[in-house]
Amino acid sequence: MALDRPPPPSPAVRQLPAVEGDSAFFWTAGAQGRLLICRCLSCEHYIHPPLPRCPSCAGAVAPHPVSGKARVASYTINRQQWVQGLAVPYVFAAVELEEQPELYVLTNVTRCPVEDVYIGMPVEVCFEQQEEVFLPLFQPLGGQRGD
Amino acid sequence: MATDRYPEKQVCITGVGQSEVGRPASKTPLALTVDACLQAIADAGLTPDQIDGITTFPGPMSAPPGFSPVGATETMFACGLNPIWVGASTEGHAHMSAIISAIQAVASGLCRHVLVFRTLGQASVRAHARHSNLMGGEAGSRVHGGMAWAVPFNGLSASNIYGLYAQAYFKKYGATSEQLGAVAVNGRTMAALNPNAIYKTPITIDDYMASRMITDPLRLFDCDVPIDGSTAIIFSHRDAARDLPRAPIEIEAMGMSMSGQGIGFHQGDFTSLPADKAGEMMWSRTDLKPSDVDVAQIYDGFSIITLLWLEAIQLCKRGEAAAFVEGGSRIGRGGELPMNTSGGQLSAGRLHGYGHTHEACLQLFGKAGARQVPNAKVSVVVNGGFGYGALLLKRG
Repeated sequence: MALDRPPPPSPAVRQLPAVEGDSAFFWTAGAQGRLLICRCLSCEHYIHPPLPRCPSCAGAVAPHPVSGKARVASYTINRQQWVQGLAVPYVFAAVELEEQPELYVLTNVTRCPVEDVYIGMPVEVCFEQQEEVFLPLFQPLGGQRGD
Repeated sequence: MATDRYPEKQVCITGVGQSEVGRPASKTPLALTVDACLQAIADAGLTPDQIDGITTFPGPMSAPPGFSPVGATETMFACGLNPIWVGASTEGHAHMSAIISAIQAVASGLCRHVLVFRTLGQASVRAHARHSNLMGGEAGSRVHGGMAWAVPFNGLSASNIYGLYAQAYFKKYGATSEQLGAVAVNGRTMAALNPNAIYKTPITIDDYMASRMITDPLRLFDCDVPIDGSTAIIFSHRDAARDLPRAPIEIEAMGMSMSGQGIGFHQGDFTSLPADKAGEMMWSRTDLKPSDVDVAQIYDGFSIITLLWLEAIQLCKRGEAAAFVEGGSRIGRGGELPMNTSGGQLSAGRLHGYGHTHEACLQLFGKAGARQVPNAKVSVVVNGGFGYGALLLKRG
């Protein structure tokens, strides 16, 4: 039984990131349905945004799959239409990935009413494709409950 | 090290200037810059040929439009200066970085009188580029660098980032919109006595609560106002200031910090800034205490930053700044800590930190006119939302 949930919204008006350098993997891994986060091969510390080496132990790093589960660390309901065509309101948020304290990803919380979002809310990754970019967005955890 | 050996103890502030501030202004950014700089030089009792150093923050930038339209080199030519030392600081401790560089240049003996300025032209560019205030650059282009972690998610304005901080601060400490709004109401009350301020009509907390929500819980009145304008400040070696007509302002202490903070690089739980270290550094370099501060100029690009800074600079305990400002009486002109006496950026305009330093100097020179805080002897100035600088200034 699928939970009642609005259908995936139309892709938002967005300015896309340059897919380049140490961060390219982050924007493209969603093509395989995965969220990849830069991690140290030595001490296994996760680093986001990605860096070319581990700032804790100087070890080499590589993209590593994570569960995609997180909690909302903080959020704001944006109501200002900053650019033409921008659909408001929307939730801009920092989510803390479950793998490590303070491992934050800036994102949108989507597929739920904006008023439902709260600090501490469990969420999971979902992807929105625009061109070759797979933006990691987050939706309330449990959307696939009963499947 | 004895505190009198610190570099800032060798340096003082001898003059300040500020151009017309407008939305838009009647002159070009370079003309505004010349006005501010020549006014500061004259205010110090100096002549342009005595200025042997010049710097600015952040240096000329083509984007975002109007953010920094004027550089040190063209200002040097336009003002007829012949400096030995020329600098600019695109990175570092944000607004305070050029001031810190100027102090270093003077203290190390490279030059005696440094002109520091900051010019903004964000109002006039908005007339033909409505979204010049946004973080992502031109629509349709790809986002590079640090902004790429926020802009693709339509974190288009710095207000979105500080919305995260405000929401988390409210939740953790039980702070309210009425408390946060006291910062905005105070700014407007102060601005009423500042002829150069943008918004001079007072507002009430009810007006604040009725104002449009931009990004919860930040309202329109929580956001500063883009302007055209320029501010200039002269930093002189204390030995070179002895012959000047007016007692200079002493730099009692400075502090700075830069940490894993910035767009996409957040630390902690979004309820404090890595500015704490700037506060600790500043207070470690002086015998003065937070209770000695007579007037405070606390960065207010967004009102929530003011609360976070009040705690970082130890004027309030952690989590208590919202209750401290509530109702506005403590931070008003007759209160225990008159704050943002020019109106701050929320009402006097986004002079980007330099308005705060300028106002601290006016108060300590006793030149703040109708808004003068009686017997102001010590002022603290803190600037920055992504990179942090603090100055403790003392009447000479």
